[in-house]
Amino acid sequence: MLHHRTLALAAVAALGLTTAPVFAQAGDTITLGAAVSLTGKYSTNGGHTQKGYDLAVKKINDAGGVKVGGKTYKIEVRYYDDESTPARGAELAERLIQQDGIKFLLGPYSSGMTKAIAPVTEQHKVPMVEANGASRSLFTNNYKYLFAILSTSEKYLASAVTLAAENAEALGKKPSEMKVALAFENDNFSQDVRAGVLEDLKKNNMKVVIDDELPRDLNDMSATLTKVKALKPDMLVVSGHSKGAATAIRQLDQMQIHVPILAMTHCDAAGIIKKFGKAASYTLCGTQWAPSLTYSDKLFGTAADFAKEFDKAYGYEPPYQAAESAAAVEVYANAFERAGSLDPQKVRDALASTDMMTFYGAIKFDDTGKNIAKPMALYQVLDGKYEVVAPSKFAQTKAVVPAPTD
Amino acid sequence: MSDAHKKLAGRLAILAVGLAAPFLFPAYQSQMAELWLFVVFALTWDLAGGQMGYNSFGNVVFLGIGMYACVLTQVGLLYDIGIYNGARGGGSATFVFDLPHYLEGLALGLPVGALLAALAAAVLGAFVLGMRGHYFAICTLGLGVAAGEVANSWEWIGAGSGMVPPTPPQVIGDLSRFYYYFAFALAAVTFLVLGWLYRTRFGLAINAIRDDEDKAEAMGLQTTRIKVAAWVIAAVFLGVSGGILGNLKRFIDPIDTAFSGATFGVWMVLMAILGGKGTLWGPVIGAVLFEVIKEATWTYLLGWQRVALGLLIVIIVVFFPQGILGWLRERFPDRFGRRVEADLSGTAEETAR
Amino acid sequence: MLDNLLILVQAPTITVDLVLNGILVGAIFALAAYGMALVWGVMNIINIAQGEFVMLGGYVAVIMSAHGVHPLLAVPVAAVLLFGLGWLLYRTVIFRIVERDLFTSILATFGISIVLQQLMNTVFGGDVQVAQAHLGTLLLMGGMVTLAQIKLLSFALAAVLAVVLVLFLRRSRLGQAIRATAQNARAARVLGIDTDRVYAATFGLNAALCGACGALVAMAYTVHPYIGLPYTIRSFMIVIVAGLGNLAGVIAAGLSLGAAENVAGFVLGTQYQLAFVFLLLVVVLVWRNWRLARKRQYLK
Repeated sequence: MLHHRTLALAAVAALGLTTAPVFAQAGDTITLGAAVSLTGKYSTNGGHTQKGYDLAVKKINDAGGVKVGGKTYKIEVRYYDDESTPARGAELAERLIQQDGIKFLLGPYSSGMTKAIAPVTEQHKVPMVEANGASRSLFTNNYKYLFAILSTSEKYLASAVTLAAENAEALGKKPSEMKVALAFENDNFSQDVRAGVLEDLKKNNMKVVIDDELPRDLNDMSATLTKVKALKPDMLVVSGHSKGAATAIRQLDQMQIHVPILAMTHCDAAGIIKKFGKAASYTLCGTQWAPSLTYSDKLFGTAADFAKEFDKAYGYEPPYQAAESAAAVEVYANAFERAGSLDPQKVRDALASTDMMTFYGAIKFDDTGKNIAKPMALYQVLDGKYEVVAPSKFAQTKAVVPAPTD
Repeated sequence: MSDAHKKLAGRLAILAVGLAAPFLFPAYQSQMAELWLFVVFALTWDLAGGQMGYNSFGNVVFLGIGMYACVLTQVGLLYDIGIYNGARGGGSATFVFDLPHYLEGLALGLPVGALLAALAAAVLGAFVLGMRGHYFAICTLGLGVAAGEVANSWEWIGAGSGMVPPTPPQVIGDLSRFYYYFAFALAAVTFLVLGWLYRTRFGLAINAIRDDEDKAEAMGLQTTRIKVAAWVIAAVFLGVSGGILGNLKRFIDPIDTAFSGATFGVWMVLMAILGGKGTLWGPVIGAVLFEVIKEATWTYLLGWQRVALGLLIVIIVVFFPQGILGWLRERFPDRFGRRVEADLSGTAEETAR
Repeated sequence: MLDNLLILVQAPTITVDLVLNGILVGAIFALAAYGMALVWGVMNIINIAQGEFVMLGGYVAVIMSAHGVHPLLAVPVAAVLLFGLGWLLYRTVIFRIVERDLFTSILATFGISIVLQQLMNTVFGGDVQVAQAHLGTLLLMGGMVTLAQIKLLSFALAAVLAVVLVLFLRRSRLGQAIRATAQNARAARVLGIDTDRVYAATFGLNAALCGACGALVAMAYTVHPYIGLPYTIRSFMIVIVAGLGNLAGVIAAGLSLGAAENVAGFVLGTQYQLAFVFLLLVVVLVWRNWRLARKRQYLK
């Protein structure tokens, strides 16, 4: 009998948990909810995301808050840690909505996590503005409550391929004679980038000689790079979040492999210039945003102003992940004011008709919820700095392609 | 009230609470569904770990196989799996599951998951269960990780991009509540079946293997066959729980959800030890307590929850290796004394038969 | 897979490159494995946190290089710091489980490994970190074989450490006490050896070895909080193949594992490299069990 009593006690204790505080729209604050990766493999980028949110929230509150229907509200964010696991993310989204009574969600970091959360927000009809889920598969499910302010991932390195094709002559080749090596992690985002790159390669008739996958807990990709050494491709494309970028640069340098064109994602998030100095030179990097772009808004000023402010607050130059996250909060603030109400349905409709300019770029959603107003940019590492080389409208300098041998 | 009546009343009370819980605490139903699955995890782990003395870190292999098998069956009945996963839950094609097909997929998927998991247990067990003690423990650890890595690279099942289980039709309503009842039913069945099993000769045999395998063998027990059978039974229930968990979580990540050695794989062990290894109620109590601790640390120790869980493992293993039930039994031997006798007479009957 | 094999056939120098680089990293595996064998043999504890000690050593190098200190200096510093940590862990946790069964030690050290992993993740974030040693690369065979000097250096350092360790165990009083305890703890106690101190020193020594390894890993490869488990598994596998207290065997097994892993990564694809390690473990264990079973049959 004692067993039953113990169990009953434990069950009571379990349900006792229900006394967790409820974070609804109490008083004069609007609470946004976010499950971000504070621990686990994405914790660095999760951190950038959180800091982006926090900076924007602070800035908006310092500027007086948000005016909704004649009343002024402060904004705050309720965070949970999804531990970089999608299943946990979905669970926490449910918890934010059901237990904490939160009516507006900010996105998590990475496409996988966003993909896991989107069905939950959809079921509960709670809008989510996300800034870090770029996988295009997010926008084919006819989601009505998902809004992404970033360009989709198949566009990440498309301009790098175009750039390579344009400069084929400098290598003494026709584009169709160019050999390309691909090394992509096997996750949503990277595989989408790969799909985009493959499409562009096909357009230019380039030949893929290596098509490797990278493991998720990567710390050695020398097997792939040995193949690069043997087959001498003209272009190497790498995408595996920050890990892939750092490992590739380190080992290319260590193995003394010269690739005429090296393109990758997450250069700035991985801090390759700071970590590897000269070894990172001439790398092409796809980016959502750069401090040198000429966008601006009232809240932060120009892109460069945002970078300065972020640096002051957190002690490092903001990677684009932080910038887009900050912009997501701005989008919400803008939608609240236009909706004139805190009804999730009305806010959703306001979000859908967003058409605004931010320091991060223009934001306007299409029917599927993705931002169609902002192009991707391409950096190149030149003299220890990231210089925008594409699109030509924002280019600070001409790309150096192919990379000189030394 | 006689003992039997008390027992029945207790069980009926649990049944009533279990059935009503989603309506009483609708906000917590996905956590409660997870809790019942944790009960299954702990109970099945204890079958080999506590009752038979074979401590496995690799039971997630069966969980993962059950999960993938179930969801793949659900999808495969209607669509081409390669295309479905190639679209990564999106793509240009749309995948609709209406009610009859959805239920049919589930009705077929869960048993298929159980079957494949059992098959895996039989095959792997034949190789692995010959090892003793710590070699077995570390070998299963390796198996769990290797299975995850393979699933993570297998394009057909979605690889590292994960797999989205079929979207249920609107009629199903609240997905968490729907699967809560599956989880609850599974936990109840697992508990009853294992409780019965431990009272049979088979239960005695696995206990004998735990206490002294060589002697058990000398007594004429077919130890290898018994060990494999025990693992297969554990795998059947784990396989079903995998199918439920996959659908409940709405997203299957090969390493974090399916073959999650670092989370579910270790938690199973921890829950069983926390409650009391080698008892029937211990794993149940351990699972409930663990879920409470886990949710509490997640809420109140944001960012440090995993550190706290690691510390918990160390503390439990070092200071409470006998678990809650074991501790209670040491502390109040008289309260358990009667039960032990009753159990003994029961088992004597069994042997006499 | 086949085309990868084809490359190996067409360009045999690539094979040389893979094998040599594998052997260089194998030295690090061997060193960590020797530490595991020491703890296992002396204290009857299987330390699952082995890889986490390696990871911590790596972070010591990362931090030092971030503060402008040359990371090569981190090798001794990491060894000293990790020795301290090992000692501390023994005095707080491990001494309670020394006399218990192996599974308890596996689970307890598993808990420790999770704590260390998550601690580093919380403090430094989950991303890769590196320490730059600013060394060049050796080119052989017309540039087809590239050996980073840091890898060569770490190989040499590992060798030196192994020699020092052997001398220490043979010659020093403490070393002799460790060996005596390994042979028979009770007899050692009767003879007046403070086995508790010996255990603490052994556990510290193991952590120090791993720390030194980790500093080398940070310079030659990359570190992040989750690199631990593969190192633990590799150590375990090497010890099983070589047997306890067999330094020559540990070195041979470590170097071969490094080479095999590198070639497998090339042929199967980088994404299967880890799966290869873990499956190899299962195969090794099954093989060992099968051999034992045959021996038992024989005796019958």
